[in-house]
Amino acid sequence: MAACGCGGIQPDDPRFRELDAFIDAHRHVRGSLIGVLHRAQELFGFLPEEVQQHVAQRLGIPPSQVYGVVTFYNYFNLRPTGRYTIRVCMGTACYVRGADKVLQAIQSELKIQPGEMTSDGLFSLEVCRCIGCCGLAPAIMVGEEVFGNMTDAKVPEVLARFRQQAQGGEPEPAVAAGKEGAR
Amino acid sequence: MIQLTIDGRPIQVEPGTTVLEAARRLGIRIPTLCYLKEINQIGACRMCVVEVKGYRTLQTACSLPCADGMEVRTNTPAVRAARRMVLELLLSDHQVDCPTCLRAGDCELMRLAQETGLRSVRFTGEKHPARVDTSSPALAVDSSKCILCQRCVAVCREVQGVAAISLAGRGFASRVVPFFDHELGEAACTYCGQCTLVCPTGALTEKDDTEAVWAALLDPEKHVIVQTAPAIRVSLGEAFGLPPGTVATGQMVAALRRLGFDRVFDTNLGADLTIVEEASELIQRLRSGGPLPLMTSCCPGWVKYAEHFWPEFLENLSSCKSPHQMFGAMAKTYYAQKMGIDPAKIVVVSIMPCTAKKFEASRPELAGSGYPDVDYVLTTRELARMLRQAGIDLAALPEEEFDAPLGISTGAGALFGATGGVMEAALRTASTWLEGEPRRLVFTEVRGLEGVREASLTIAGQELKVAVAHGLRNAARLLERIRSGEATYHFVEVMACPGGCVGGGGQPLPADGPDSLPALRQARVQAIYRVDEAKAIRYSHENPAIKQLYAEFLGEPLGEVPHRLLHTHYHARQPVGIRVR
Repeated sequence: MAACGCGGIQPDDPRFRELDAFIDAHRHVRGSLIGVLHRAQELFGFLPEEVQQHVAQRLGIPPSQVYGVVTFYNYFNLRPTGRYTIRVCMGTACYVRGADKVLQAIQSELKIQPGEMTSDGLFSLEVCRCIGCCGLAPAIMVGEEVFGNMTDAKVPEVLARFRQQAQGGEPEPAVAAGKEGAR
Repeated sequence: MIQLTIDGRPIQVEPGTTVLEAARRLGIRIPTLCYLKEINQIGACRMCVVEVKGYRTLQTACSLPCADGMEVRTNTPAVRAARRMVLELLLSDHQVDCPTCLRAGDCELMRLAQETGLRSVRFTGEKHPARVDTSSPALAVDSSKCILCQRCVAVCREVQGVAAISLAGRGFASRVVPFFDHELGEAACTYCGQCTLVCPTGALTEKDDTEAVWAALLDPEKHVIVQTAPAIRVSLGEAFGLPPGTVATGQMVAALRRLGFDRVFDTNLGADLTIVEEASELIQRLRSGGPLPLMTSCCPGWVKYAEHFWPEFLENLSSCKSPHQMFGAMAKTYYAQKMGIDPAKIVVVSIMPCTAKKFEASRPELAGSGYPDVDYVLTTRELARMLRQAGIDLAALPEEEFDAPLGISTGAGALFGATGGVMEAALRTASTWLEGEPRRLVFTEVRGLEGVREASLTIAGQELKVAVAHGLRNAARLLERIRSGEATYHFVEVMACPGGCVGGGGQPLPADGPDSLPALRQARVQAIYRVDEAKAIRYSHENPAIKQLYAEFLGEPLGEVPHRLLHTHYHARQPVGIRVR
């Protein structure tokens, strides 16, 4: 039943030390769990079983409760994410202006469903509700960059740009650490 | 004091009292689903909505504190419509297979649907995916019947401090699951079954082993022995309409005989045997200096909890097997030899108040004779179901006696059913041995239902410090004090379930809902003490069957044969449990 949540992360991974420093600085703050999970996702790119177990142990919170929080918030990922996370806004404004067609185009171009990652690890696809760009509807985000007034026809062009960047043709796009995924 | 009116009737309450509790004091019934007094007051199910003058919307009575001058109305058209709607929505995402559900007859959801007058469910559509988890030998989960009330989550976390399960996901994807959606069989779950006592529906139940027992009873090759735990005789009657606290030993024996068991024996004899071994172990550890405190090991929920959460105390656990396992080992060796029966053909069925005993019986190390000590464990609830299937009405039966010799027991053995009972039974025997004669029978210091009880006794001129905890969160508080050095003891009893075995996870469900559990436990504990008082022999070591057992077969307590058949060992278990603070 349970999907293997093993992220292939070894217990001696140096990122745990970095995470522990953050946890120790915040452990006495009530409600620090979400902040710790943010930091963990920044470091590991996602929150596999061993990272959640580690957070639970270090904070003295039952693992089941940590998992409850992780699965409650859309932002936290249980599976590795691609180098670029594509978020297709399905909020009301985007939806009525054809976000479903844009999503369809991305799905067929990348051959993945929302929640999945391309086999080359370049893109992962998420659906979200309102990214605050209703005036540009329909809008998508790739990494931290927003693309407004999207159409299905524009999809290949946008994706091609990021493929090119990944190959080192252009400097890395400005992507926040949290979105970069596992290095 | 705060003054308010509920349905026009004035009432005065202390600040902090909820409207629900105030209404209950007036005898006004407000329906609830997610509410567990002092354990789960989260206003999640919305069944308890009431109208409050001046409030724009309906309020949840379970989470609304009373305020001065408040005018509450619990039975208005708006309230009735809202409650009905809540149930209609719950049922629209519920697997409605009521006639064949294990909880048919005592389902709270069904009862409320009747009470609110819901006659049809208008909504159809997608239902959340069913997740059936039978990975553990003790408990069964069927998420298609879960209404997300979170009573199980609250009990597991707040009462037991285990938090094996939690609410995960959001909205339609919400579900009650162990960490990382693992199955229960892979979780740091103690299998105590307290969740099954509070689940309002058939989502969380004991794993049903009745069919396997029926098959054994029908097999002419098998010699099927049944043994009953001390706590069954004081609770089984409830399942047949007898008042809580009824002692139904004789009827229970008669019922088991009518079911077709070849011998009806008593786990209380196993309890007496445990006491002889454990009191010997206590004296040995007191003399050799440790490891102390000696901790009881009769409770399989507590043992598994220690293996997951407190591995540092495993060497403190008594090496004694629990009474029904000791009994099973004797049935397949001593009894088999005496009767000339091939132990391979003996089937031992234990009737237990406990779901964790199912797991315990499956432990590979509990087979010192070459055969599993115990083949099947049935909870009190499963036995009640078998009796109903057989058309046996417990209340109408005459009283019968247990079979000899493994049916002879003492008042001390009976005490195992109540929190503090193992301690008291062990103290009776240990103090007699240490002082050379029986000086004390009753140890009121270790009786009672406070979460943790401590006592300092003087036995043979020596101070003996003891502590008793029931409910695993109480146990954790006690263990933490021992770990930190804040408290020191010689002997500690832990029972996983509140009240001890009488409050076990396999006991009859509370007919008046889970808030009546404390009163039920109280009535059953008092019945246990009545069983003790009515016994002619009240010291385990004076049990003639036990004396005969040692003379003919076992030799000396803690000797070679007892070591092989009556003692066991423990091991740290994955996943490591995180102690709830």
